Amino acid sequence: MTTTADRPAQEFKVVGSRPIRHDGVDKVLGRAQYGADLKLPGLIHGAVLRSPYAHAVIKKVDVSRAEAAPGVFAAISGDDMPVTAPKMVDMVEEVTNLKWSSQRVMAHGKAVYRGHPVAAVAAVDQNTALEALKLIEVEYEPLQAVISLEDAMKPDAVIIHDDLVGDHLGEKVSPTNVAEHTRTEFGDPEAAFAEAAHVLERTYTIARAHQGYIEPHSSTAFWSPDDKLTVWTTTQAPFGVRSNVATVLKLPLSDVRVVPMEIGGGFGGKIGLYMEPLAAMLSRKSGRPVKMTMDRKSVFDATGPGPGGQVTAKIGVDKDGKIVAATADIRYMAGAYPGSSISAATAGIFACYKVPNVRIDAYDVVINMSKTAAYRAPGTPQATFASESLISELCEQIGMDPMEFHLLNAAEEGTRRPDGPVFPRIGNVACMEAIKGSDHFKSDLGESSDGKLRGRGLATGYWNGGGNRSSVTISVNDDGVVSLVEGNPDIGGTRTTIAMQAAEVFGLPAHDVHPTVVDTDSVGYNDLTAGSRTTYASGQAAIEAAKQVVEEIKKRMAMIWETEPENVEFEDSVFQNKVAPDQRLTFKEAAGKLGQTGGPVSKTGTVNVRGSGGGSFAAHLVDVEVDPETGKVQILRYTAAQDAGKAVHPSYVEGQFQGGAAQGIGWALNEEYYTSPDGVMQNSSFLDYRMPTALDLPMIDAIVVEVPNTNHPFGVRGIGETSIVPPAPAVGNAIADAIGTRLYQTPMNPSRIMEALANKRNGQNGH
Amino acid sequence: MATVFLSIPLRRYTSGESSAEVPGATLRALVRNLNERYPGIAESLVNPEDADRLMPGLAAIVDGEPTNMGLLTPLDADSEVHFIPAISGGAAVSNSEPGGGERCA
Amino acid sequence: MTQQETPVRKVPVACTLNGQETEFLAAPYQSLLEALREVVGLTGTKEGCNDGNCGACTVSLDGRIVDSCLVLAAEVDGKSVDTIEGMAPPHGLHPLQQAFLEEAALQCGICTPGFLVAARALLEREPHPDEHRIRLWLAGNLCRCTGYDKIVRAVQSAADKT
Repeated sequence: MTTTADRPAQEFKVVGSRPIRHDGVDKVLGRAQYGADLKLPGLIHGAVLRSPYAHAVIKKVDVSRAEAAPGVFAAISGDDMPVTAPKMVDMVEEVTNLKWSSQRVMAHGKAVYRGHPVAAVAAVDQNTALEALKLIEVEYEPLQAVISLEDAMKPDAVIIHDDLVGDHLGEKVSPTNVAEHTRTEFGDPEAAFAEAAHVLERTYTIARAHQGYIEPHSSTAFWSPDDKLTVWTTTQAPFGVRSNVATVLKLPLSDVRVVPMEIGGGFGGKIGLYMEPLAAMLSRKSGRPVKMTMDRKSVFDATGPGPGGQVTAKIGVDKDGKIVAATADIRYMAGAYPGSSISAATAGIFACYKVPNVRIDAYDVVINMSKTAAYRAPGTPQATFASESLISELCEQIGMDPMEFHLLNAAEEGTRRPDGPVFPRIGNVACMEAIKGSDHFKSDLGESSDGKLRGRGLATGYWNGGGNRSSVTISVNDDGVVSLVEGNPDIGGTRTTIAMQAAEVFGLPAHDVHPTVVDTDSVGYNDLTAGSRTTYASGQAAIEAAKQVVEEIKKRMAMIWETEPENVEFEDSVFQNKVAPDQRLTFKEAAGKLGQTGGPVSKTGTVNVRGSGGGSFAAHLVDVEVDPETGKVQILRYTAAQDAGKAVHPSYVEGQFQGGAAQGIGWALNEEYYTSPDGVMQNSSFLDYRMPTALDLPMIDAIVVEVPNTNHPFGVRGIGETSIVPPAPAVGNAIADAIGTRLYQTPMNPSRIMEALANKRNGQNGH
Repeated sequence: MATVFLSIPLRRYTSGESSAEVPGATLRALVRNLNERYPGIAESLVNPEDADRLMPGLAAIVDGEPTNMGLLTPLDADSEVHFIPAISGGAAVSNSEPGGGERCA
Repeated sequence: MTQQETPVRKVPVACTLNGQETEFLAAPYQSLLEALREVVGLTGTKEGCNDGNCGACTVSLDGRIVDSCLVLAAEVDGKSVDTIEGMAPPHGLHPLQQAFLEEAALQCGICTPGFLVAARALLEREPHPDEHRIRLWLAGNLCRCTGYDKIVRAVQSAADKT
């Protein structure tokens, strides 16, 4: 289902259609090559020894017995990694201390999270490598693990990094575990609260949740004797891996070539470095290509979940329900190194609303858990759980319909986002209107069976996304089919959505554009597949390249028709001499005449796209049924409306809405890290880390709203991330509607629901 | 004159002023003029190793969108400029290589 | 004690793999998943968790679907194993594979082989399952990208066409 606001004058032939994706056949046949599928001559296998302690001094690591074992080719520890001096650098995934970036992938002197690599070996096969790990001698001196905000922020806290200098509102502070404290402020919220008709403040706790990609990380490296390093890896950021590997291993950037393998899910979690530098060092020592693949437990222990934390939000409204002020205090646990998306949380928490007076404090706090990573709209689902739950409760208290509240207060073109920027044309209101017009919204909630309790919840969400740099090269074949070379790993159909934008320019069917994702030596620079940028920004590079191809072919046609290039027009895939209109050739016919008019036509489009054009807003509506006997929540019905600007391939747009909703539902109901007091995750398997299965979910109705993006020639918006933002509060609001009391914590699992019901019977509120 | 909004850490240079009207055809010229008015503020804005680039970790938002040309970004007469912490954590960042763009929000 | 100190004798395994008589040598500790991927060279069967909880390694063993990470390679001696590589006819696609493409039922595609092998087993038993039955049958296969909507629709679509 699609709704369109302000339909553009543009008519499309390819964009908006639903062709079969170009890489689809390989993927349904099992032929696509993911990270772990790589085979190379002489390939050996690596394994990592990981710290069993969340916080410990490493007094000694001796790999000599492992290295001497039969079948073992090489062993390394932190002592083997290039020593890097402390220096703040702008890495691809974070602004960080270079020393930490190096130590994050391999501990040196100190382990700061459970699963922190301490040593690694490479052997003839996986089993031999795993056996050899047992021969490595490590002497640890365990330290007290810091695993909560409270422990990390208290005055006499155990300090995780002696060399961490915190930035607290511009003041340099050390020692501290608070890497950053930021504040954004407009107007005078205190004065506005004092005048408000109604004010509500609540504190919410959000569990850390893992991206949960089904493919574990897998990286292979070959360090050639001429000091050229090739890395085959499952990553969202091949150019980022190139840059970061070169930095950590002190190699010239261009001596590193990164070959992106097919990627089995990422959601932000496959951006940073993990095993690439270790595989490289083992390869250097052994002279062989070395493949390293994580097991699932290590993925949970040692790769980045999205941060958990605590958010206190406060909103004041006037007598009509209009927001007069809002404040928030956002505290995220970054894991063992700084960087937990607090700035995105600041931008996102009240972005759906007009807030005249606002103050947002945010804290980035290090703890002894693996460094968090980006997770789909990083930082924003957590903050939005607070703001949207609070608004739902506030509406209850003032007796206002949440839909009317949203529409009354909705941010629109010209509204200032709480952290400063002013929105251009956005789809916030259009998404709300789409939900309001949906069958779901108009439907009755229905009667539950067996004494179960039903409820309905609504929530909105926002993610800005980005633009940035992309390069696409298009070459025309003699038969009029074009090849398209790009550098963004295809995580969910972007080969096709990029190719379709070029096909639109050419007036060719999508399948006459053949897209290929190539390595970092074979295409110009591309920023990562993330930030909802790939279809949006690399699509613009494809459009740019395609336009250059058309201009070049116009020149060639002018040569043939003995006229000036300005006289050659291109429309509906036909070149025509407007001076002599009977002179016309289709794109395909023209393609056959390139050889004799100057040679092959191949053009590269490069862009540095500024911003996202206001981002993508969403509104989600959910019906739940709660079993008061067991606390189990069943999702009965789910509708997700989101602004796509212009949906390039509507099926894959719907898929992004549905997939994000499913992840958000998992976060809402089940997903969390159960951690022992000494910082050890207790549920590091898919059995105990409970992600939604097919049986847990209903069909998810996706409403594609289209408010064109003025930053993109076809109106496209990046849409990959917003869909994970509204589900947790929408589900929480539905549960509150069903059981008549609120939960202020994710996950809202059966034990917490039973506790909330018991508290309600005892007359206690949960906050 | 562009309007510059100053984040809280920058206000220690401005005696607490939260915004300023400053001329400048580019972000670099604006920062230069800002620094004349509020000496020392450039130290918090400009990358000490590359005077064309912003301080690592800082983003400039010009007229609602993040810059992608660093301090070389051209400004209109009535541009609105915000210096805010860059979005970190990975999903919407770049800026890994010399000469690259800034982080996007 | 390491493997090298007590050399492990490999076990000969003879099975019918995707309809072909196949023999290979597997270490006694090796899972069917590892043997398929590392010994036989069929990498279409994926490893997602190696503990039987994600279904990415689903194969058919004598007509029953199993997580191949939970089966020892030596156990399949004398049995019939069908993997994703044997699903399509020569120069064609199985109706489920076609339906997954048409319904956009894959995003990253890593779970797709497991879903296809599992769904084929369902449709062989029950040609026209309802939505709940499909969801129940596929509950052992995790997908993190799609929210399952389009996967369920693809199975329904393939069922409707057969």
